[in-house]
Amino acid sequence: MTALVATMRHARYVVSENPVTGLSFGLFLLIVLAALFGPFLVPHDPLASNTTMALQPPSAQFWFGTDQLGRDIFSRVVVATRLDFGIAVASVVLVFCMGGLAGVAAGFFGGWTDRIVGRIADTIMAFPLFVLAMGIVAALGNTVQNIVIATAIVNFPLYARVARAEANVRREAGFVEAARLSGNGEWRILVFQILPNVIPILVVQMSLTMGYAILNAAGLSFIGLGVRPPTPEWGIMVAEGAAFIVSGEWWIAFFPGLALMIAVFCFNLLGDGLRDIVDPRRRT
Amino acid sequence: MTATLDPTTAATVHAAPPAETPLLDVAELRKRFPVSGTIGPLGRLRRRMKGGPVHLPHVHAVDDVSFTIGKGETVGLVGESGCGKSTLVRVLTRLLDPSGGIVRLGGRELSLTPAKRFAKDPDRGRIQMVFQDAGESINPRFTAFAAIADPLRRLRGLRGAALTARVERAADQCGLPRALLTRFPHQLSGGQRARVGIARAVAVEPDLLVLDEPTAALDVSVQVVILQLLERLKAELGMSYLFVSHDLGVVRLICDRVLVMYLGRIVEQGPARAVFANPLHPYTRALVDAAPSLHDRGAGRIRLQGEPRSPIDPDPNVCRFYGRCPKGTDRCRTEMPALRRFGVRDVACHFAEETAAR
Ligand SMILES: Nc1ncnc2c1ncn2[C@@H]1O[C@H](COP(=O)(O)OP(=O)(O)OP(=O)(O)O)[C@@H](O)[C@H]1O
Ligand code: SF4
Ligand SMILES: [Mg+2]
Repeated sequence: MTALVATMRHARYVVSENPVTGLSFGLFLLIVLAALFGPFLVPHDPLASNTTMALQPPSAQFWFGTDQLGRDIFSRVVVATRLDFGIAVASVVLVFCMGGLAGVAAGFFGGWTDRIVGRIADTIMAFPLFVLAMGIVAALGNTVQNIVIATAIVNFPLYARVARAEANVRREAGFVEAARLSGNGEWRILVFQILPNVIPILVVQMSLTMGYAILNAAGLSFIGLGVRPPTPEWGIMVAEGAAFIVSGEWWIAFFPGLALMIAVFCFNLLGDGLRDIVDPRRRT
Repeated sequence: MTATLDPTTAATVHAAPPAETPLLDVAELRKRFPVSGTIGPLGRLRRRMKGGPVHLPHVHAVDDVSFTIGKGETVGLVGESGCGKSTLVRVLTRLLDPSGGIVRLGGRELSLTPAKRFAKDPDRGRIQMVFQDAGESINPRFTAFAAIADPLRRLRGLRGAALTARVERAADQCGLPRALLTRFPHQLSGGQRARVGIARAVAVEPDLLVLDEPTAALDVSVQVVILQLLERLKAELGMSYLFVSHDLGVVRLICDRVLVMYLGRIVEQGPARAVFANPLHPYTRALVDAAPSLHDRGAGRIRLQGEPRSPIDPDPNVCRFYGRCPKGTDRCRTEMPALRRFGVRDVACHFAEETAAR
């Protein structure tokens, strides 16, 4: 309890010290709200097409304009938040569990565990990551679930490396030896002594890779893998809008692209802020 | 890996058997570490193809160490940095497997159980340890309560109200205010952290408490308080202590017996008073001379010069102290001195008789 209060106090301090972190927290809140309540708040039906209203520029009625089928881009951008954010969260949580656990085990046990996890990570890193993600989705099938899995696999080495390094510096720590003296087996030490020290660092990692996960998911949709039209999704919307940029209808691709950029920007800044909160010594 | 291969061991004279079986009995204990980790499977293959020896150089961190600790006894372990004190302690507390030799506790041979499995051993609670750096030995994510409760939960199976009561009693015994039990290590002072470390170790009421420089990280005034606390706990709980320290003054004050270690071997052991009053081994003499509080005779002081010999695959026929020893002769270069009995103590030096005679 005291730890929570202290952390909260420190968090408030970090936010007030660093307004950019405050901004990113604000944006994060906005994204979460849009993901949760977006579909109930938007002014238009994101799927309803109305050809008489096609390709309207931004106006008071259509804030972000309309696309080639006359759908309201603002509504589509807001509604898409849930899907894009959901994919990113799911894949990041998945890789947090897989990569985090594998990395902690590798760093703590060393030996063969370390070698196997290291080889898997190296193998994944040997591919251009986006190409690998494309390959996985193409092989497993074109579904949202497989986008989540592909994004998680692509991020695996990052998590495994961080977790391994953090666990490895602690494997000889005094408190680990003390835990052995207290009758804890190796697995118990891994789960109850090492993991609690590594999780906060992985949480920072989660936030930092979240932006990349969103970009990855949108990128896959952009090239026609994963989410399919007419589902509102930022990557597809950018892809659809790209054809109209030359003819001057910039808003179709611009606004979903902007949403994507803001989300990535927000998660990266949030990661930096979280790092300061988790470990005050690393403050720059 | 038995000691009989070693010519020096045959000549070792062990202490006369005490009346009752000692609490801890250590015989011919060795611990070696391969140098620079491992060469890996490729390196091993390369060596084998070249026809070279597959043997790797080893650090002989603990070499042929034998001693006993009686019930209720406090034994000091002194020696310079890197001489293998912590390694010896880690082997004794069953955190490390020895490369050879025997550790017996109350007659039971603990070294038969691998260190990896010893955590679940019924005798795990009988040897506990207080670490050098109390701060580092408490998990930063654990409160003081959680740290003290952990061994009680795992080794004594206490839960709920019984656990809370026992943790509070341990805190009381160690002079740790109960209000501090909810704090994390970084919210405690050095002295308070030391008390948490001690409370955790004594809560399960061990027979043997190993203290690896428990006061090294504390300032002098706190040191005194912690030493008094340890003295009181020993009397209250009837434990035996193995007390590792750099501070000869402290060792002389609280230890019944002292072991002096140099480069992995015991060079002198005996009653602390006798050893410090009249060291028979040149290394002990140098240690005592370097501690001004113990010694005020200016004449005949030994000051160490030169580098210690390498602990990596040392020559078994050369005294480990040769090269730094002001008394070294050719004999010391061709014959390892065995640990020999001199009245109430053991000394490993060819010229101990002469020193004793003077
Ligand atoms: N895990 C290990 N792997 C390889 N070598 C080791 C290991 N642990 C200790 N050593 C070596 O064993 C020797 C003894 O080290 P040890 O830590 O026991 O010394 P010490 O007497 O406790 O020193 P200090 O007073 O500085 O704590 C040293 O040469 C050290 O380098
Ligand atoms: S045996 Fe020789 S070198 Fe070794 S301590 Fe004695 S005098 Fe010194
Ligand atoms: Mg040490």
